[in-house]
Amino acid sequence: MTTLDGAIPAEVREKNAGLIADIDDLVSIHGTERSALLPILEGLKSRRDQITDIAIQVVADRLGLTPVDVEGVVTFYHFLGTEPTGDTVIHVCRTISCALLGMDAVVKRLENVTGVSMGETTPDGKVTIDWANCIGMCDFAPAALVNREAVKEVTPDRIAEIVTEARA
Amino acid sequence: MTIRTPLTLSTIEAGAGLTEALQRDPADVRATITQSGMKGRGGAGFPTGLKWELAAKAPAPDGVRYVICNADEGEPGTFKDRVVLSEMPDLVFEGMTIAGFAIGATKGILYLRGEYIYLLDDLERCLEKRRADGLLGSDIHGTGLEFHISIFLGAGAYVCGEETALIESIEGRRGESRNRPPFPVEKGLHGAPTTVNNVETFAWTSAIFARGADWFSSIGTDRSTGPKLLSISGDVERPGVYEFPLGISIREMLEAAGGTRAKAVIVGGAAGTCVPAKDFDRAISYEDVSTGGAVIVVGPWRDLLEVAENLQWFFANESCGQCAPCRVGTVKLLDGVRDLRAGTVTAERLGDLITLGETMEFASKCGLGQAAPNVFLSMVKAFESEIKGHLVAEGSAQ
Repeated sequence: MTTLDGAIPAEVREKNAGLIADIDDLVSIHGTERSALLPILEGLKSRRDQITDIAIQVVADRLGLTPVDVEGVVTFYHFLGTEPTGDTVIHVCRTISCALLGMDAVVKRLENVTGVSMGETTPDGKVTIDWANCIGMCDFAPAALVNREAVKEVTPDRIAEIVTEARA
Repeated sequence: MTIRTPLTLSTIEAGAGLTEALQRDPADVRATITQSGMKGRGGAGFPTGLKWELAAKAPAPDGVRYVICNADEGEPGTFKDRVVLSEMPDLVFEGMTIAGFAIGATKGILYLRGEYIYLLDDLERCLEKRRADGLLGSDIHGTGLEFHISIFLGAGAYVCGEETALIESIEGRRGESRNRPPFPVEKGLHGAPTTVNNVETFAWTSAIFARGADWFSSIGTDRSTGPKLLSISGDVERPGVYEFPLGISIREMLEAAGGTRAKAVIVGGAAGTCVPAKDFDRAISYEDVSTGGAVIVVGPWRDLLEVAENLQWFFANESCGQCAPCRVGTVKLLDGVRDLRAGTVTAERLGDLITLGETMEFASKCGLGQAAPNVFLSMVKAFESEIKGHLVAEGSAQ
């Protein structure tokens, strides 16, 4: 496949050499079929804190898609997105069983200790706090995902500890 | 794990169902599932045997068919598939293999929701072991049967639990549902005949071959056969996964879970129905109160509109946005519920909100928008006086 690499200015390519290497590595694992798109993007998101415009351009190029196709997919799924995220990402479940059983107090404490609102990242880039829709942990409500690992029956004190550990 | 009743699935020996199934021919395997009377455990309740018949008989130009396991368990209040995937993954993969044999597919894909990524390593290990044991691959059990399973990880989208959106997602697209027909059994993944079944459906498939179709159909009611796993949460003493025969009353279920004081239960999750205490003698079954497994218990001290607002927010946030009735309707309904809580809704506007909900039910493209007003509409019906108590007092609006 011909690539657009030549069309990307040399200094941009140089600056993003690590990113491009990551994408090429993921493409070598998952292939260039369109059905490889989600696995590539998930892999990229787990390796990097942000799916940038240049990443979207390079992925589109490797898979023979348009950047807008790729961006449409990136922005569709909750765990992807184009916003940068911190080293630790905390998703608090906001759906009914967790909401009934103490989610509010957990979120208030979380916003308090991080100093940012849900959906934001601390200025030091260490912690992102966000909502999740039902994470299937209703029997351990309220629950959260910390870097995609489930934390059961999370209390305000526990969430504060998690933030402290993430910032250490 | 909060498993609260003995689970039949825990007593099913891995391998027993597959060995039994492979002694038959594919048509007989499909007939056995039909004979068991099993309907889909994901909630829609489509007869599994019929789905497999359709997928087996649909023309497949390149001879390619697919088996997809829907492990995108996103319905609020549902977590029984998480427990099945954690505790008995072999039965799930075995059920998929039996389905592959039954419909003539050589490829299976388990679509695992992104929220369950922490289950991925154990599931991959289970697959590795099955390959090493000759239970997956090009010559299963030395019979010449070929079947392979891979896991596809979702990235967080409730709508991908809808089977055509799930297929779009695997194909590398936004999870936007397709027009139907054609149904996935005719043209599914990459245009090939595809059966999409729930995690629990595949696990029970293994059990049906291990124990017999008659055993399965002897449990439950005439139209809702077999045992069902339920996820019970909310205002109960013992939240967790329960196994009951279909046809059990809501009251018996609440007695087991310690939630008999409930004011209402939301059966079927956000897309389900609000059942008031006076109707707790109703049965959990496809012919009465149907559910994929979610039972959310609402205690007597709760404001029902708080529940409604939470669920309407969920739909407004998860609507994929491709069709107007759902994209706009979910937001308007959320606004309406918020205004009801604020006491600024007139009787006329409440009527409009009900009409809006009914419009969404028939005009939305897929199950998400069609089901989004369910809880609100059933709540307004069941708790008319409580809901009307939030309306602007007559005369004060002028």
